[in-house]
Amino acid sequence: MLDTQIPARLARVTKRYGAITALNDVDIALQPGETLALLGPNGAGKTTAIRALLGIIAPDSGTATLFGKSPRTAVNRNRVGAMLQVSGVPATLTVREHVRLFSSYYPHPLPVAETITIAGLRGLENRLYGQLSGGQKQRVAFALAICGDPDALVLDEPTTALDVESRLALWAQIRSYVARGRSVLLTTHDLAEADALADRIAVLFGGKIVAEGSAAQIKARAGGSTVRCTSGLDDERLHAIAGIDAIRRADGVIRLTTHDADAVVRALYQTDPTFTLLDVADTPLEEAFLALTRTPASQEITV
Amino acid sequence: MIAQITMNETRAELTKFARLPAYVIPTLAFPVAFYSFFGLVMNGSQHIGTTSVAAYMLATFGAFGVVGCALFAFGVSVAMERGQGWLLVKRASPMPPAAYFIAKVLTMMAFATVIVAMLCLLAVEFGGVRLAPSGWLALVAALILGSIPFGAIGLAIGFVAGPNSAPAIINVIYLPMSFLSGLWIPVEGLPPFIAHLAPFLPTYHLGQLALGTIGPGHGSALTHILVLVLWAVAGAGAAAYGMKRDEGRTYG
Repeated sequence: MLDTQIPARLARVTKRYGAITALNDVDIALQPGETLALLGPNGAGKTTAIRALLGIIAPDSGTATLFGKSPRTAVNRNRVGAMLQVSGVPATLTVREHVRLFSSYYPHPLPVAETITIAGLRGLENRLYGQLSGGQKQRVAFALAICGDPDALVLDEPTTALDVESRLALWAQIRSYVARGRSVLLTTHDLAEADALADRIAVLFGGKIVAEGSAAQIKARAGGSTVRCTSGLDDERLHAIAGIDAIRRADGVIRLTTHDADAVVRALYQTDPTFTLLDVADTPLEEAFLALTRTPASQEITV
Repeated sequence: MIAQITMNETRAELTKFARLPAYVIPTLAFPVAFYSFFGLVMNGSQHIGTTSVAAYMLATFGAFGVVGCALFAFGVSVAMERGQGWLLVKRASPMPPAAYFIAKVLTMMAFATVIVAMLCLLAVEFGGVRLAPSGWLALVAALILGSIPFGAIGLAIGFVAGPNSAPAIINVIYLPMSFLSGLWIPVEGLPPFIAHLAPFLPTYHLGQLALGTIGPGHGSALTHILVLVLWAVAGAGAAAYGMKRDEGRTYG
């Protein structure tokens, strides 16, 4: 595929802030028409990746391109809409004034009324931004991202801090935009969100892409539960039990990472009379990412 | 296209500020209150040389007013928009950066015009100030165009200082600088060592440039204009440096 058709790409991008390496040799490309989720815990480098892609920070090495060219060229800015994490938007302008102003930046914007409808802001047009709820504010940010009718959308943690209702509403709005054949790159620290929206997931951890694949593939590796137990079985015997992804021992307690806790517990009761179950809990995502970085196989699940 | 975006941007800026009484009232009310008190009520009938205090202080409090409006309109708003990430959203959009800055300049000049107009009305109505049409024109032009270097200085503070410290820094600079350069009390009335320091401050040159248009200014207008242009260039340069530095530093 021609480079100019790739909506967004980071090629071997490294970005350091003093002693911290925010991005470490990151290679990632958003394909036309797909929704790609950049999944990772806080501090993984997601926001830095987005900012490098949009040309608002300069990488130390490597290149960021939009449609094969520098993100800073005017023509490329016209083809991309961005929703960034912002703590303050001018509070004394109305929703319509904000949308109308941003629309005027683009050569071929959507009609203001259509943007407002897609973003679910009808009835709020004349409300001052400062009077909106958190969910409504996020929808304004979404409206500003789509108002130029861009070919690609870049959304940095679009639903963070939203309640469930607002979150589902924003998901629906993102999906309706994708249905128009546009490409979307979004970041999230929530596997469920990546699963709900994305065709493909890239896991960013510690500034590196540690896994890349379909939602199902990533879920199989990263999701699941942790079974805490005591058992007389050694590591080798435990590995023989289907469904155990990782084993860790500390202070006589064994922590098993698995994506089928029921089957694992059943098998352990059958094979080990000394087995005692302590508890089963969802694996915290941070731990799952750590497991991913430790498993050599994680590098191979690229599609 | 750029002209149209600049106009939209300016309209949005004006609307934004007009709905923000916390900005509008102090910016407009302070120079009016100070001028009314010091220039009209207390000393209005007295003279400095051959110039009435009402006319003299129209020039100096006019300078005080536009400097404050420029420093705050630029410094505080840019520092806030930068600190909250709003500037990043604008920079990620196709908005031409020039439109953002020109809109801020035009907004600042609009507020400066309102301040100068109010002071001129007070001066004519209650201070008996009479100038030739060319005199009015020169005074108003000196004050409104003279606000631009202070916009540049404000911009530099906005890009270098944090969003919370910018208003404090501007107050610390603005009030002493205005006093030391003779905007409150004529330079002649200041202690000699302060009067010697005054020419190092940009506010001194704006004050003297404005005074020159009605008579009693020190130094040549050309020198004042040159110094103010240099301050404008220095401010814009420092702002550009701060903006560049943001690109390497912004965390995420």
